[in-house]
Amino acid sequence: MLDILLSSLGQLFTLSHLLFMTLGVLVGLVVGIIPGLGGIAGMSLLLPFLYGMEPTVALGMLMGLVAVIPTGDTFASVLLGIPGSSASQATVIDGFSLAKKGQAARALSSAFLASMIGGLIGAVVLTGFILIARPLVLSFSSSELFMLTLLGLSMVAVLSGADLFKGLAACGLGLLVGGIGMAPATGEFRLNLDIDYLFDGLPLVVVGLGIFALPEIIDLLVKRGAIAEKPCRLGEGWRRGIQDVGEQRGLVARCAAIGSLVGTIPGLAGSVVDWLTYGHAVQSAKDSSEFGKGDIRGVIAPESANNACACGAMVPTLLFGVPGSGTAAVFLGGLLLLGLQPGVGMIETHLDLTYTIIWSLALANILGAALCLILARPVANLTRVPFATLAPLITVLIMFAAFQATRATGDLLALGAIGVLGVLFKQANWSRPAFLIGFVLAPGAEAYFYQAVQFQGTDAFLRPGVLIIGAMILAAMFIPVIGKQIKKRRQPMSVGAAATEPKPDAESHRLGIIDIVLLGALLALAASAWVNVSELSLIGGIMPRLAIAIMALACLAEIVRSVVRRPRWERQTFAREAIWLVGFFALVAAMLTLGFITTATLFTLVFLLAIAKLKPWVTVLMALGVLAFLLAMAEFLTLTYPQGILDPLLFY
Amino acid sequence: MKTRKPSSFTASRLALSRVTRAAALGIAIAGASLAGNAQAAEVEVPANIKWTVPFGVGGGTDVWARFFSPWLSDYISGEPTIMIDNVPGGGSINGANLFAMRAKADGSNWLGTSASTQYPAMLDDRRVRYDYSEWTPILATPTGGVVYGQPSLGDTADAAIDALLSQPVKLAAQNPTGLELPVLIALDLLGADVQAVFGMRSRGEGRLAFERGEADIDFQTSSAYLSNVTPLVESGKAVPLFSLGLLDDDGKIVRDPAFPDLPTFNEVYQARHGEAPSGPAYEAFRKFFASGFALQKLIMVPRDTPQELVDAYRDAAREFVATDEFKQDAEAQLGPYTPVIGDVIQRHLEDAMSIDEATREWLAKWLEEKHNARI
Repeated sequence: MLDILLSSLGQLFTLSHLLFMTLGVLVGLVVGIIPGLGGIAGMSLLLPFLYGMEPTVALGMLMGLVAVIPTGDTFASVLLGIPGSSASQATVIDGFSLAKKGQAARALSSAFLASMIGGLIGAVVLTGFILIARPLVLSFSSSELFMLTLLGLSMVAVLSGADLFKGLAACGLGLLVGGIGMAPATGEFRLNLDIDYLFDGLPLVVVGLGIFALPEIIDLLVKRGAIAEKPCRLGEGWRRGIQDVGEQRGLVARCAAIGSLVGTIPGLAGSVVDWLTYGHAVQSAKDSSEFGKGDIRGVIAPESANNACACGAMVPTLLFGVPGSGTAAVFLGGLLLLGLQPGVGMIETHLDLTYTIIWSLALANILGAALCLILARPVANLTRVPFATLAPLITVLIMFAAFQATRATGDLLALGAIGVLGVLFKQANWSRPAFLIGFVLAPGAEAYFYQAVQFQGTDAFLRPGVLIIGAMILAAMFIPVIGKQIKKRRQPMSVGAAATEPKPDAESHRLGIIDIVLLGALLALAASAWVNVSELSLIGGIMPRLAIAIMALACLAEIVRSVVRRPRWERQTFAREAIWLVGFFALVAAMLTLGFITTATLFTLVFLLAIAKLKPWVTVLMALGVLAFLLAMAEFLTLTYPQGILDPLLFY
Repeated sequence: MKTRKPSSFTASRLALSRVTRAAALGIAIAGASLAGNAQAAEVEVPANIKWTVPFGVGGGTDVWARFFSPWLSDYISGEPTIMIDNVPGGGSINGANLFAMRAKADGSNWLGTSASTQYPAMLDDRRVRYDYSEWTPILATPTGGVVYGQPSLGDTADAAIDALLSQPVKLAAQNPTGLELPVLIALDLLGADVQAVFGMRSRGEGRLAFERGEADIDFQTSSAYLSNVTPLVESGKAVPLFSLGLLDDDGKIVRDPAFPDLPTFNEVYQARHGEAPSGPAYEAFRKFFASGFALQKLIMVPRDTPQELVDAYRDAAREFVATDEFKQDAEAQLGPYTPVIGDVIQRHLEDAMSIDEATREWLAKWLEEKHNARI
C-alpha cells in the first residue's frame, strides 16, 4: 500500500508529468475564464492529443484541466456577474454584489484561496475515502437521491427570507421550465409547444446567463458608471480577502467536506452542492441580512465546495464509470481513449494511477489558485472601467457562451426570453436563485422520485438515509424561523443595529406594478400550462402539474397576503430596461440574418463610438479584438456561429 | 517492443490545415507531373475531412470516432486531416439532421452514427429529417450485450431464468425507445414479466441501480460488461443469463465471440419453447438488435459521394483493420469484435431499418400496453 502511495507520488513530480499538468492548468484557466466553455470545451481541446500518450502523463494533463475549471470561472462570476459554469452560480450572487461595492479584489482573493483549500481538503478526503467509497456510494439509492434534491429545493425557503411566497412562485416557475422536454419516466415530450429546440429542454448555461447576467448588464447600462459603485482600493481588498478566509476557516472546512462527499454521489454533484453550501452559510451566520447584498461568506462557501466537489466527482467516475458531472463525463471519455476502463480495476490493478489522478488534482488546484490569486488584483481593475466600455464585450461574450450550449438559434432567443424574466425579477426583487434552483433540480427530483417509487414502493420513504435527510430538510426550513423569533426577543438589546438599518420584515413587504404584472402573468401561465399538460399520462404529467400548483398557490398566497396586510406601494420601473431589451433582441435578429461575427464586430464598433463615446482608434482596436477572439475560438475549438448572409462571404 | 502508433493528432493538424493543404496540393501537382497517366485511377482525397459526431465530447461515439480518426487519417492516401465536429442534441437527431441538410458529397463530410441515431429513424420519430438510404456506409463496428441477474434469483443461469419467468422483475432503463428496446422485447418473448424503470441517464446508471440491489436484472454492452460486471460475477454478486449474440455475414444470429460460453437469446428461447422464436415480436427484436448492436456505430457519407472515394476509404479501413497494432489497440476500445466494412453493411442495414406495417403495429401496441409509451 505504502509503496503504491510513494510510487504515485514519485510519478507526480517527474518533469514530464509536471509539464503536462501545467499545460492542462493553463488550458483550464483560459477555458474556465471564458464563460460558457467550461470543462467540456477544454477537454475537447486536449482529447485529440490523448490517444497514444503515456497514461500517467496524459492523466496529469487532464487533471490539471479538471481541477482549475471551477477556479477560473470565478473571474466572470465575480467581476461581470456571469455564471461561467454550473459550479459558479451561487458565487455570482454575493461575488458580484461585492464587486459592485468596490470589493472585487477581496471577493476574488478569498474565492481563490477558498478554492485552493477546498481542493486540497477534497484530495485528502479522497485519498482515504476512495478505498472504502464503493459500499457508501451504493448505499445512496434513488430515494436518498430524491431527498437530496428536496434538500436542495428547501434552500429556496432559506434564500427567499421574508418574501417566501414570491420565492416559492419563482421556484415553481423554475420547476416548470426545468420540466420542458422529455419526461424521464415515460419518454413523453411535454411543454415543448412543438418547437424542435424545446424537445431537449432549455440548457442550463442559457438559463443561468439569462437570469443572472443579462439583467445585470441592463441594470448597469441604465445606471451608467462603472461596475464598482464605490471607490475601490484593490491592494487592501486583496489582503482583506485572504484574512476573510482565515476568519471563516470553519466554514471553509465544512463546505469542503460537504462538497467532496456530495460530489461522490453520482448524478447530483455540482448542481446541488453550490446551493447546499450557500444555504448552509446563510443558516449558520449570526447575521444573515447581508447575504445577497455582498457577504463574503456567500463567496467563500460555494467556492470552497466546488473544487472539493470536482475531487469527489472522481469517485463515481473512476469506480463505477458513471460520471458525477459534465466535466467528469468528458474525463471519462479521456480515460477510455487512454485504454483505461473505469471500474473496480481502478482500485485493484491501477491504484497507482488512481492516486496519481487524485494528487494531480491537489497539485493542480494549488497551481491554478496561485495563478488566479496573482491575476486577481490586476483583473479586478475591470470593475473600475466605465461600464459602457465593457458592455458590448460582455454582451458578445454571453451571446457567444449561450450559443455554444447547443449551437441552435433557439439558444439566443431563449437567452433573451429568460433575460426578460430576469429583468422583471430583478426590478421587482423576486428571488432569481429560487428560480434557478427549481430549474436545476427539476429533472433530478422527478426522475429520482419516480425511480424510488418504482423500485422500492412505499418502503422508499422509511429508509434510514431518507429519514436523516428529511430531518435535515425540516431543520433547514424551521431553524431560521425559530432563530428569528429568538432574535426578535433580543431586539431591545441591539439598538445600534436596528437604528442604522430598517428592519427587514416590517418594511420588506412591498408591492409594485411589476409584482402585479408578474403575479398575473404567472397565474395565466399556470392556466395555459395546465391545459398544455392535460394530455400527458399520469406519471409523465405529475411533475409539471406539481410545479404549476406550487407556482399558482404561491401567487395566490402572495395576493391574499397583499390584500390582508396592505403592503407599502413601491415604484418599480421597467421602461428604460425595456428599451435595452428591445435593443438586445434587435441584436439577436441582426446576428441571425447578417451573421454572428459580422454583427458582433459592428455592434462593438458602433456601441463604443456612439454610446461609450470612446476615441475612434480605441474603438477600432477593441472591435478588432472581438473579431480576433471569435475567429480564434472558431479555429482552435472548432466552434460555429450563426452564419447569416455576410459571415460566409467574409470569414469562411 | 515498439509498436507503431498513429502519429497524427487531429487538433495540431487543424491549426496547420492551410499549410498542409498547400503542401498537399504541391505534392499532388508534383506527383501528377511525375507519374503521368499511370496514376489516373487514383482519386483525389480531400485534404480535410469533417467528421460530424452528433454526440457530446467524451461520450461513447465521440471516443469511438477519436479512436478511429488517426488510423483512418494515416491509412487513407494523402493522409487527410480528420476534424471531429461534435454536434450534440436531441439524442443525436439534431446533428444527423444538420448533416442530412448540409453535408457535401465530395468525400469531405462524414457522419458517425449510433443506435440512438438509427432507432428514431426506424420508429418514424417526427423530428427525424434524415434518411439512411441517402447515405453510404464506410465502416461499422458491432457490439454485443449480456443480460445478467441478481444471485437471489438463482445461482446458475438456468435457475435464475426459471425464477425470472415465475416472478415480476425490475430493470433500470433509459427510455422506452432506447438501447434497451430489443432487450425488453427479448425478455418479453421469453415470457418474463419485466417492469422497466425508466429515467436512467446512461447504461452505467442502470448498472448502479442493479449494484444497489434496486434492479433485479440488468443489461450491459460488451465492453462495460467486461470491465464492470465480470468482477461482480466473479465475486458472486451477479449471474450472467444470456447474450444477445452477434450477426454473421449471412445475417444469422450466432454466439458472441466475447462470451463463447454464454448461450444467446435465441438458444435460450429454443431450449425453453422448443422452437425458434418467430412472429412480429421476434421480427422487431431482430431488426432493433441488428441496427442497435450488430451495426451499432457507423461511419456514413452522403450517397452521391464518388464511388472511387468510397472505395478508397473502405480499402484504407480494410488495410489497417488487418494490422496487429490495430487489433491490439481495438481490444480495449471495441472489444473482441472486428469492424465490418463495405457493402455487407449496406445489405444488413437496409434489412434492419425497413420495418413492415405488421411489425410496426405490434411494436406500437406493445410499447403502449407494456411501457405506457406512445410512438
